[in-house]
Amino acid sequence: MSSTAHMHGGIGESIKRKEDGRFLRGKGNFLDDIVLPNMLHMAILRSPYAHARIKSIDTAAASAKPGVIAVVTGELMAQHKLAWMPTMSGDTQAVLATDKVRFQGQEVAAVVAETKAQAEDALASIEVDYEVLPAVTSPDGAKATGSALIRDDKEGQTDNHIYHWESGDEGTTKAAFAKAHKVIRLHTFYPRCHPAPLETCGCIADVNPATGKTTIYMTSQAPHAIRTVFALVAGLSEQNIRIVSPDLGGGFGNKVPVYPGYVVATAASLLLGRPVKWIEDRTENLISTGFARDYHMTGDLAVDENGKMLALHVHLDSDNGAFFADAQPTKFKAGLFHIVTGSYDIPTAHITADGYYTNKAPGGVAYRCSFRVTEASYLIERLVTNAAIELGIDQAEFRKRNFIQPEQFPYHSATGWVYDSGDYPKAMDVALDKLGYAELKKDVEARRKKGEVTGIGIASFTEVVGAGHGADYDILGLRMFDSAELRVHPTGKAMLRMGTKSQGQGHETTFAQIVAEELGIPAQDVSVEEGDTDTAPYGLGTYASRSTPVAGAATAMVARELREKARKLAAHLLEAAEEDLVWERGKFYVKGSPERSKTIQEAAFAAYTNLPEGMQPGLEGVHYYDPPNMTYPFGTYAVVVDVDKGTGQVKVKRMVAVDDCGVRINPMIVEGQIHGGLAEGFGIAFMQLITFDDEGNCIGSNFMDYLIPGSWETPKFELGETTTPSPHHPIGAKGVGESPTVGSPAAYVNAVIDALSPYGITNIDMPVTSDKVWAALRSKGVTE
Amino acid sequence: MKVTMRVNGVERSGDIEPRVLLVDFLRSNLLLTGTHIGCDTTSCGACTVRIDGDPVKSCTVLAVQAEGREIKTVEGLANGAALAPIQVGFHEEHGLQCGFCTPGMMMVTSALLERNPNPTDDDIRWAISGNICRCTGYTNIVKAVQHAAKLTSAAAKAPAGKEAAAVAGGGE
Repeated sequence: MSSTAHMHGGIGESIKRKEDGRFLRGKGNFLDDIVLPNMLHMAILRSPYAHARIKSIDTAAASAKPGVIAVVTGELMAQHKLAWMPTMSGDTQAVLATDKVRFQGQEVAAVVAETKAQAEDALASIEVDYEVLPAVTSPDGAKATGSALIRDDKEGQTDNHIYHWESGDEGTTKAAFAKAHKVIRLHTFYPRCHPAPLETCGCIADVNPATGKTTIYMTSQAPHAIRTVFALVAGLSEQNIRIVSPDLGGGFGNKVPVYPGYVVATAASLLLGRPVKWIEDRTENLISTGFARDYHMTGDLAVDENGKMLALHVHLDSDNGAFFADAQPTKFKAGLFHIVTGSYDIPTAHITADGYYTNKAPGGVAYRCSFRVTEASYLIERLVTNAAIELGIDQAEFRKRNFIQPEQFPYHSATGWVYDSGDYPKAMDVALDKLGYAELKKDVEARRKKGEVTGIGIASFTEVVGAGHGADYDILGLRMFDSAELRVHPTGKAMLRMGTKSQGQGHETTFAQIVAEELGIPAQDVSVEEGDTDTAPYGLGTYASRSTPVAGAATAMVARELREKARKLAAHLLEAAEEDLVWERGKFYVKGSPERSKTIQEAAFAAYTNLPEGMQPGLEGVHYYDPPNMTYPFGTYAVVVDVDKGTGQVKVKRMVAVDDCGVRINPMIVEGQIHGGLAEGFGIAFMQLITFDDEGNCIGSNFMDYLIPGSWETPKFELGETTTPSPHHPIGAKGVGESPTVGSPAAYVNAVIDALSPYGITNIDMPVTSDKVWAALRSKGVTE
Repeated sequence: MKVTMRVNGVERSGDIEPRVLLVDFLRSNLLLTGTHIGCDTTSCGACTVRIDGDPVKSCTVLAVQAEGREIKTVEGLANGAALAPIQVGFHEEHGLQCGFCTPGMMMVTSALLERNPNPTDDDIRWAISGNICRCTGYTNIVKAVQHAAKLTSAAAKAPAGKEAAAVAGGGE
């Protein structure tokens, strides 16, 4: 047994994880571990070109290869009206290309064979005749006169522009800028990166010809939404579709969308009457599935003579790839980017955004992020540090001067958000204290005088997570609520099922702890299941830090509902009036007579054996929770760097992270999440880059080119916390998994910019690699 | 062609194509799916197993190269219900989240501890620098290995019979 197995496991206890056992023994159940009888294997032929017209596809030779059962092309998919599918942003995406290929790595054909090796071997025998077209690889390229029209399949589409979107108030913002003492501008590019979970994406489609039941094992963060999409798109009857999301080897947003491979494998299984497995290799994952970011941003911050912020204007050009497939709520074209005023009391703001098609992979997933909050947080925090440097005000002091103050909550932001709660000065103070800021600043000054290049970066981020409310937030029209079903068995043990899906976040432990707290059943007696749409209640899945804010709330609510039924049962057993019973975690006792009590387990047994006349038997329930508002986690991160003038190498000396995610259910798991996000933020800031050459060839298509931080590069982290409970969440929790990826990139880069500020350097686009730092220093005449 | 090796102490053989990688032989032929595939380029270490005691990325070894060798995979770490110290360490220090890199991490670090029973944090970071974890930021993996090192040295000092108690547990 685990060293914490004896603990009750209520809220705030760092009990060890219940799910660990199977992973430690190599008995996890990941997608590629599943083998079904009579199973076929599918491999996908992908385009070598970023933009080309398909003149012909000859599959005859491939079809004759050993073990090959079928070769699927776009033409065959078109016969079943499945050559195209809808995206999450109201566009269409090719399942298998019929007319043109529009990005390198696009799906062109698929081979289904008896073995994986046979399927892969046969790909080389498919003859595709391409007419190569000029590639568009950036928004500027997409805008250029005479640039190639990428989406000639869309009626009425005459250029590569996708959308224009605005938020805030243009008039008041312009007026504020007109009377500004100073305007600070930052133009920066948040480059394309990829979540790259260690397990790639894949599925096994199993259409049973005898029963008509379609079971699809799928690496999905949102299995219920996928089921409904498959019903609507493929015309399958929804009760006959079962999506099973097994153990997921990470997700980070990459496993939210529907990918062409899922659709083709399902169609193949339907046509062939046998299970079909498809799983990506790493290159397929990096070049074709949900990328993130790729925002070109220009921010202008207006300030008065006292260093008070007056107004913010931001314009961004979004590079969306060949199909507009951003994973985001329908209402918002640039996700939740308009949270960009961040932690600051800025009276007015105006945001404009334009999206463009390019010959790059589609996606736009929220990589460990709540729908573009990361880009917003990065821009404002970079802009604020740059402004502080330009104004000659200490960057911590400048932030404090402009923070939304604790008494201003609930705070109505200039772009329409209602921040639920926060105490930004407090988180800042804890971070500065941990850092030893005053001493550190002196040290930096002293070392700079000696010619050393060193700096401190701060970021005080505010997130917006936990979507919905369902009236404002939806996925393809499905309201973003979530659910929890709780069954208490006669012996007082319980089973909890939710509409979310863990990818490593520890749901089997954390959610059992909510039940342990609310219903008094020890966490070790509560089993938690997710991911099977035949058994779990409907929910919208796990992304955008929404599991605890939404399904966690549903869990608390259903546990409270069962507790009220248990109260009636206990009253019946104790022959006392309900209102005379006092609840103490795990039992009811009669007011004034604590010896007269019944445990929750006794009440549960009575629900099946000895209940009051007229009461329905059983102790089970389900709650669907539609949150009244988002939650707003926040924090202050601070980074110290040294820069080697000779090589441009940046060394992160310290990383202090103070997070406020409201009430922490399992502090050990929360801290683990923060560690992971800080490491990913480090990777984004310094290493991870998906880029393209002028012909649209993807550079960053494997782990030798797309650099992921390892143990040696990753800095050591110093964590701190404050706790400001969410006022509208049943247990005051806010969600935490994404805060560190949202907040940390700006902190890392700000430290580098602070270090380089004596040389007049104000921006280096991520990833901040040694060669860029070296070139920036050389451009300012630093030669040693 | 026929290939034979000892896997987790048991002689196993199979009839395979010469091009089959060791990781595919373990996963597909022997159904030992605890060894994972994360990258194809020897970059991530999810496929790490031990060959004659050495930690090796099994995506970069042909199954035929393992002919006659002693292979240990994650499935061979525990002794029945009793977890090995490295497994207990990962559980107690929250050294895993999604669990996909964990088998490779444990195979590398169990080899480290056999050679260096008292590693520094930097020794551990260096040992796992060829293994990628996307979830933990490595902080708790380092703690997990230190935890295992302490358990192992405590067990070595303990009187006979106490060892099993020191390494028992760590999961459902």
